[in-house]
Amino acid sequence: MKWEVVIGLEVHVQLSTVSKIFSGSSTAFGAEPNTQASVVELAFPGVLPVLNKAAVNKAIRLGLALNAHINRKNVFARKNYFYPDLPKGYQISQMDLPIVGPGTLTIQVGEEEKVIRVTRAHLEEDAGKSLHEDFHGATGIDLNRAGTPLLEVVSEPDMRSAEEAVAYARGLHTLVTWLGICDGNMQEGSFRVDANVSVRPFGQAEFGTRCEIKNLNSFRFLEAAINYEVERQIELIEDGGRVVQETRLYDPDRGETRSMRSKEDAHDYRYFPDPDLLPVVIPESEIEAVKADMPELPAAMKARFIADYGVSAYDGNLLTASRDIAGYFETLAKVSGQGKLAANWVNGELAAALNRDGLGIAQSPISAERLGGLIARIVDNTISSKIAKEVFEAMWQGSDSADAIIDAKGLRQITDSSAIEAIVDEVLAANQKSVEEFRAGKEKALNALVGQVMKASKGKANPAQAQDILKKKLGA
Amino acid sequence: MSLTHQDVARIAKLARIAVTHDEIESVGAQLNTIFGLIEKMQAVNTDGIEPMAHPQEVSLRLRDDVVTEVNQREAFQAVAPQVEGGLFLVPKVIE
Amino acid sequence: MRGKYEIMINSTLKMLSGDLAAGKVSAEELAKQYLQRIDALNPQLNAFISLDHERTLAEARAADARRARGEAGVLTGVPLVHKDIFCQQGWKTSCGSRMLDNFVSPYDATVVERCAKAGLVTLGRANMDEFAMGSSNENSWYGAVKNPWDLTAIPGGSSGGSAAAVAARLAPVATATDTGGSIRQPASHCGVTGIKPTYGVVSRFGMVAFASSLDQGGPIAQTAEDCALMLNVMAGFDARDSTSLERAGEDYTRDLDQSLEGLRIGLPREYFAEGLSADVARVIDDAVAEFRKLGAEIVEISLPNTELSIPAYYVIAPAEASSNLSRFDGVRYGHRASEYRDLADMYEKSRAEGFGSEVKRRIMVGTYVLSHGYYDAYYLKAQKIRRLVSNDFQDAFRECDVILGPVAPTAAFNIGEKSGDQVQMYLSDIYTLSVNLAGLPGMSVPAGFDGQGRPVGLQIIGNYFAEAKMLNVAHRFQQVTDWHTRAPALSSD
Repeated sequence: MKWEVVIGLEVHVQLSTVSKIFSGSSTAFGAEPNTQASVVELAFPGVLPVLNKAAVNKAIRLGLALNAHINRKNVFARKNYFYPDLPKGYQISQMDLPIVGPGTLTIQVGEEEKVIRVTRAHLEEDAGKSLHEDFHGATGIDLNRAGTPLLEVVSEPDMRSAEEAVAYARGLHTLVTWLGICDGNMQEGSFRVDANVSVRPFGQAEFGTRCEIKNLNSFRFLEAAINYEVERQIELIEDGGRVVQETRLYDPDRGETRSMRSKEDAHDYRYFPDPDLLPVVIPESEIEAVKADMPELPAAMKARFIADYGVSAYDGNLLTASRDIAGYFETLAKVSGQGKLAANWVNGELAAALNRDGLGIAQSPISAERLGGLIARIVDNTISSKIAKEVFEAMWQGSDSADAIIDAKGLRQITDSSAIEAIVDEVLAANQKSVEEFRAGKEKALNALVGQVMKASKGKANPAQAQDILKKKLGA
Repeated sequence: MSLTHQDVARIAKLARIAVTHDEIESVGAQLNTIFGLIEKMQAVNTDGIEPMAHPQEVSLRLRDDVVTEVNQREAFQAVAPQVEGGLFLVPKVIE
Repeated sequence: MRGKYEIMINSTLKMLSGDLAAGKVSAEELAKQYLQRIDALNPQLNAFISLDHERTLAEARAADARRARGEAGVLTGVPLVHKDIFCQQGWKTSCGSRMLDNFVSPYDATVVERCAKAGLVTLGRANMDEFAMGSSNENSWYGAVKNPWDLTAIPGGSSGGSAAAVAARLAPVATATDTGGSIRQPASHCGVTGIKPTYGVVSRFGMVAFASSLDQGGPIAQTAEDCALMLNVMAGFDARDSTSLERAGEDYTRDLDQSLEGLRIGLPREYFAEGLSADVARVIDDAVAEFRKLGAEIVEISLPNTELSIPAYYVIAPAEASSNLSRFDGVRYGHRASEYRDLADMYEKSRAEGFGSEVKRRIMVGTYVLSHGYYDAYYLKAQKIRRLVSNDFQDAFRECDVILGPVAPTAAFNIGEKSGDQVQMYLSDIYTLSVNLAGLPGMSVPAGFDGQGRPVGLQIIGNYFAEAKMLNVAHRFQQVTDWHTRAPALSSD
């Protein structure tokens, strides 16, 4: 049987506020345990929550970026359950009236675009952390993270493969960092993904039973976890079993998902509007102010890059993966006047070098302006693309301009016909076998000869010129 | 409406309050008397009535995003049943 | 000293304030005299959960020093009692519960902070029904409070300790809270004056929450004038409480002496129906007659949904309480069972041991009404009825300026009389609950005694923010009556 995969994602976006969602405690990461837990986070008797304006503002930003409806009146509710890292015995969240209503996010999968519907996004507080090691059989509770503002972004089950799910998660990650509402640090848990995965026979309208894989903190784990879970569910069904709706945890060491037994207790969260908090009313003026303050969004910028610089949709997507990349690209395209070439360099050589050295584009040793100098030399035929890579390496290691390196290393392309002719003559003399093969009709032999000319010229001969001269000499 | 022993046990579990086998009968009876009183509400037609969550029809006031709290861990943990290395300790939580 | 002491104990806040300002007595002397009286009389009343003479006297000396510096306010040096529901740094804040028997608060409630700022001196912490749940003060882990007028009677609840302390003249004033009548009913039963302000006027920050949308703090004192002075200290906007109302500060004494000529007093028909005892009815009738003499106009009004306030309240309050009390889990503070198998067992045992039976019952009722499949039928329904109850008042206030009626159907009942019957106890809250549901201000003023010599209070209900008007009504009544000056005869043996 052919199976269709159905995926919906719930992403917990940690909002980058300096203080917590309901108190003036710091949200800084990595402090000593419980040193950033005030009476509010500790849920001392009598304490009350007061909502952080910045959290609301950041939620509106994302809502507008998702073309979503902003609920002018939204309400906080209590989600009641007992857990030691949840000090009040309830989490303040939003249920019936979340701040952000339905919206969409367009993702790029290969050369295809797909619109994923976002159901809602709601504000809530994070829980603390349970530490299970080193306490002679006890669990230690650190409430520093408790009360950190989260925006939970819930998608419709619109994704049909792990690849699409990753594209959506990446797209959302791009958006929240682009908007400056989240630092995007997945290792520190600033962007956590829960995946709802189910399978159904192709053509079936009803969804299959889903499992929720919790707390995936990298795109790689997200992809691996979904792929594992899909296989598991298909195998289970094909073996005559049934998928049980449950929460599962991905174990990256084993590369598998497993059931979270401790959370199997049927939960009854007893949601009700939090009487300590009144409805949040967002005036039109506030929305207009946020709108006015919005940067050009990745989707708009991508469209502009395609139109103005002639880049492909695929490249456009990569170039708008972050504001830094987009900014770098646009500077490069402008100084060089070469959109496509700039795109190739940013997504190719530069991306590879940054990746190799574990750097972000903001830390790139080669500025867009300096890289522009290199592209200019390719365009005016001073160097070949191949030599350009060598120059790029030298630029990466030092601070010289492309021109300085080309001159110092004598890498200028040989375009003087007589000089190339001399090299061609040498090559023809030394490679009689290839010459004969070519004459016998083996076209490929010409490539070998061009290669020899390039080699003999240490890559500096203009390859097109070399080929023309070779052909002429061989009487072709 | 009448709560069964099973209902009482379920509520007690949800509320994390131990109710012993011996208590369940009397607790159930007390709750049922209270619900007898509460049920009187059901006779009233409330169609079209807007629920009232709060006495005042005002919207939430928001605070500026500034850090105002300082570390007071020592004072706060002075009243804690069990702490070690700045952490609150509880019996092992199994995940 | 002895002679002065006798004068002092019957002093009102107003008088004490004047004596302190005139240098007739120091805050320290005053505190010592009250502590002496507390030590002598409290054992038979059990109105206090905590006393700490050292701390009290230190506060008093600080008040005197402040006065010496010329920085004294109106109430600097005046002693008070805090209901054990307001978190107070360095004091045990038990809320009447075993759960918090070991809880010394590391922070101050806003009310406590404001009182300290005014220079009031803490005599001790008043006993109360556990987590403010009760109408008789029999639900305290620290034992029942006795009514100073009759030691076999309940003082009312939940602010029973506050009301008994003021009635017995163990303190000139006490803080209290009212979720369904917990200021007004004990004030009525103890023959003292108490006011629950409009919801949102007094900050709830640091006040241990029972039912967040209903809870409101207020004072209990001998007179309306004292309540006004105290409300001047307690009331005011607090940024730490999202439900605190941003309003300009008020002087609650400003209208005390206004004439009542032409005041329209509404008598709700439903408050005088079946269930009201003859004694209480007589006291209210007499009070109404006094108001007629003062020039007020009496109009009959109707609050048709009064009876429904009982089921609505007993859904909403327990629902909110069930969630508010989830924080008491023995993890960060409070009672933790000594033996347990695992985490779930620790939770269940700690909570079963830490909470008393009434609290547990209400948590369970609240848990049930919020649980899956029941929310609409109970919680939502109750909220709709809450709207109806609230609308009744708004209709009524088109016809009258204030509403008068009884606080409770009878004077104080005997200790143990209703403790086995929750429903009987709940039904006796009928005249007070609707005020909390609507979030209106309400007060109780001493108006007489029943046949057994137990005090009976008169309830005054005003529209939102009508506190000054209500205090005016009460004050004028107290100028022509002397019920509020009567004190119970207590002896220390």
